[in-house]
Amino acid sequence: MTSQVSSPAEEAAPDGPGGEADARERLAGQRGPTDGPDGAKEVRRLDRVIIRFAGDSGDGMQLTGDRFTSETASFGNDLSTLPNFPAEIRAPAGTLPGVSSFQLHFADHDILTPGDAPNVLVAMNPAALKANIADVPHGAEIIVNTDEFTKRPMAKVGYDSNPLEDGSLDAYNVHPVPLTTLTIEALKEYGLSRKEAERSKNMFALGLLSWMYHRPTESTEAFLRKKFAKKPEIAEANVTAFRAGWNFGETTEDFAVSYEVAPATAAFPPGTYRNISGNLALSYGLIAAARQADLPLYLGSYPITPASDILHELSKHKNFGVRTFQAEDEIAGIGAALGAAFGGALAVTTTSGPGVALKSETIGLAVSLELPLLIVDIQRGGPSTGLPTKTEQADLLQAMYGRNGEAPVPIVAPRTPGDCFAAALDAARIALTYRTPVFLLSDGYLANGSEPWRVPEPDELPDLRVQFASGPNHTLADGTEVFWPYKRDPHTLARPWAVPGTPGLEHRIGGIEKQDGTGNISYDPANHDFMVRTRQAKVDGVDVPGVEVDDPSGQARTLVLGWGSTYGPITAAVRRVRAGGGAVAQAHLRHLNPFPGNLGEVLGRYEKVVVPEMNLGQLATLLRAKYLVDIRSYTQVSGMPFKAEQLATVLKEAIDD
Amino acid sequence: MTEALKLVPKAEARQTMKDFKSDQEVRWCPGCGDYAILAAVQGFMPELGLAKENIVFVSGIGCSSRFPYYMNTYGMHSIHGRAPAIATGLATSRRDLSVWVVTGDGDALSIGGNHLIHALRRNVNLKILLFNNRIYGLTKGQYSPTSEVGKITKSTPMGSLDAPFNPVSLALGAEASFVARTVDSDRKHLTEVLRQAADHPGTALVEIYQNCNIFNDGAFDVLKDKQQAEEAVIRLEHGAPIRFGVDGEKGVVRDPATGDLKVVAVTPENEASILVHDAHSASPTTAFALSRLADPDTLHHTPIGVFRSVDRPVYDALMAEQLETAVEQKGKGDLAALLGGNDTWTVVG
Repeated sequence: MTSQVSSPAEEAAPDGPGGEADARERLAGQRGPTDGPDGAKEVRRLDRVIIRFAGDSGDGMQLTGDRFTSETASFGNDLSTLPNFPAEIRAPAGTLPGVSSFQLHFADHDILTPGDAPNVLVAMNPAALKANIADVPHGAEIIVNTDEFTKRPMAKVGYDSNPLEDGSLDAYNVHPVPLTTLTIEALKEYGLSRKEAERSKNMFALGLLSWMYHRPTESTEAFLRKKFAKKPEIAEANVTAFRAGWNFGETTEDFAVSYEVAPATAAFPPGTYRNISGNLALSYGLIAAARQADLPLYLGSYPITPASDILHELSKHKNFGVRTFQAEDEIAGIGAALGAAFGGALAVTTTSGPGVALKSETIGLAVSLELPLLIVDIQRGGPSTGLPTKTEQADLLQAMYGRNGEAPVPIVAPRTPGDCFAAALDAARIALTYRTPVFLLSDGYLANGSEPWRVPEPDELPDLRVQFASGPNHTLADGTEVFWPYKRDPHTLARPWAVPGTPGLEHRIGGIEKQDGTGNISYDPANHDFMVRTRQAKVDGVDVPGVEVDDPSGQARTLVLGWGSTYGPITAAVRRVRAGGGAVAQAHLRHLNPFPGNLGEVLGRYEKVVVPEMNLGQLATLLRAKYLVDIRSYTQVSGMPFKAEQLATVLKEAIDD
Repeated sequence: MTEALKLVPKAEARQTMKDFKSDQEVRWCPGCGDYAILAAVQGFMPELGLAKENIVFVSGIGCSSRFPYYMNTYGMHSIHGRAPAIATGLATSRRDLSVWVVTGDGDALSIGGNHLIHALRRNVNLKILLFNNRIYGLTKGQYSPTSEVGKITKSTPMGSLDAPFNPVSLALGAEASFVARTVDSDRKHLTEVLRQAADHPGTALVEIYQNCNIFNDGAFDVLKDKQQAEEAVIRLEHGAPIRFGVDGEKGVVRDPATGDLKVVAVTPENEASILVHDAHSASPTTAFALSRLADPDTLHHTPIGVFRSVDRPVYDALMAEQLETAVEQKGKGDLAALLGGNDTWTVVG
């Protein structure tokens, strides 16, 4: 997942030997073993590793994963993450529904996905083992907290016998570690209660894994001291547990080998990098867009998973002039944003699918008022409440058509976590240039996943400045100079943005059909027909770049076309197919409305067009309707992203068909 | 002009009512109470002396919500029930504007009830004019959330079943800092209430009893007929004893047994105990009790005037203060520093 730092055309780390496909085998084996100094433990070099931390929702697995990710990012590996957690804040302890996990894929080369299957599973309790073992390939390493493998926790998840002793894990390389006991022992001098001390066991595990993979530790220690600044005792206890975990790895004989994954130097063009999640990149994109437009940013929002983090993030940046308004409901969130847009702000509302449903009428009003407005939809599993913490791409048709009347809205979709930044700027460009609401369709996978991101310099960013109307724009037959709020720019068809406070431009707008030009109420049939067609023409005419096709061989007769967050798995699959000698062309859509001008021509070039989507074929439906092409729709709605291997199989089948 | 409008630019020249009339033909039914309210508002605006480009009227849906089209200011005719939310976004982002919301009993209390109560509790600098005609006019005559129980309408041929809202009681319960009631036909009273509302920092709710001569004609006649009004109308004035009727023969006293208010005939013995209206009382309790005096069916003992007017922190001022504080504490936002964060690494080519 490195759109900022590489392109799918790049042949970095092809699959096949040395690539993603056989890394699992290689983990057990080795490439260029490096013997340590005498007496020291063996260090093996790997090109990539997939680790999954799993535990109870209260065990701090997301924090552990985040910290390991930060260490890995600052070390310079390429990486991609997949947090996976239940919607319940604290599901009953020790149960299967309460298991929370965090998967991290890191490598010495350019990678695109969080990985299909973990090489290492850290299981903090029997529930975590049971819930994840099916995903773990034989030969992988499993680190288990043996303290939790007692009768009751095992019985709770249906283990009749202890899996650590009954031979059922023989195919794996199991490291039994009494994490709880060791943590409590390490912290005994702090005088904490058993319960308090136990809480640091995730930091013990993090320390152990940090030793195993030679991660830098300074940032985690600094992080802990800052996080618990008000409770220095707890901060030191966590640091001690973290160090104890590291030392445990260093000294105990059970861990005979540690691993190095070199920085992914070649995968990254020169520049300054940081690790970034989709929601953070999107928040920064909004702040940057407001700065580039020289307009104040106004967010009207109502908390909803998985979009709330954008509200949280933007509310931290009031020193950028950012106003965040937590409204009484979804409708008020977008209402306030629309009011701010009327007043001349770069206005945004953030939500997920159920919130979009509630906002629909106001989006229609924004279409009619022709004011700039960003509607950020972090898609999640649906319908209804659906799967709040899982990902899906099933709001495409809602964004496209989910309003009364003919109410076209441009749609922009980011492809990777870091790309959410650029996509937000692009959505703002369209909204401001064309005076229209714009959908920004991210999803739960992009929102919570993270990757290294090249930090742009502010002067690289596009100029988004707009001109407010400042005086009359029309001359009546009698020579009177007047202001017509619906007199359009002949090129963009945008109407003037005349903000309150501008003398002489007092005007009234509303959701009732307006007369072309004057904006006065009009029920005239011909005028309505004209206005409906004009609003459609405006959106159809939005300037979007042509879709680029990646086909290095030039021989491909099969095209795989995706949109949004499937970019990572599709691209990884394409690499696998090509590494196996298959010819496949790849294209990925950022703009879903309007489609790029060359899309019809591109689709026509290929015998077979495969469209993988995390819905039941919504893009495929749009493409078939518009271009009359026979799309091979491949769909999955499991709440989880596609796996690279799964898509590679689909592509091979299409090619061979 | 006080606190409420100090950030709004003043008009350069003296204004007249004509300055506030737009060029649009007014299309309410002949005889509608909305005409009188429009005339009163247009007549009152010059008194504020604000630059009219800094005045915005936002409305929802319903007969009353056509109001912005007739005001030569900035305006938005939005969607059903949402005007307070939209106006909140405008008022909180543009403190140099005087933002007015025009709404009706269906718009504000039925489909938009949530936005109304939250605007009131937040105390955003909005002036909300709620035209209450106790009927749905634009959809041709269904009962509304303020209609009396048993109302026979097209949708309730055997009579409506649900108890009505009392908008003043509702607003007081929603933490409103300014609540008033007036009547469309009493221009002088209406103007005086508008004056006090405009002067109030924060959200002001003004309920205006408005006659729908098509679907609910005469709903407020008891308050308008000079003779009946003597008995029916209680005019509230801050600092004055609450008396009404011919020569103030009746008054409002607190019932020592229940703490509630009741109407009594004023006698030399009880004259000293007649309640003195205190619109600025920190507690809304007495204002609420006053709002309950009216009989919802007969409208007897209907108080009009300002029930409550208290100073309370204004949301948009607080929001602006937080922005200033953030700049003081962290300095003006630096985009390059934000994007870079604390944990970066450099790749050298």
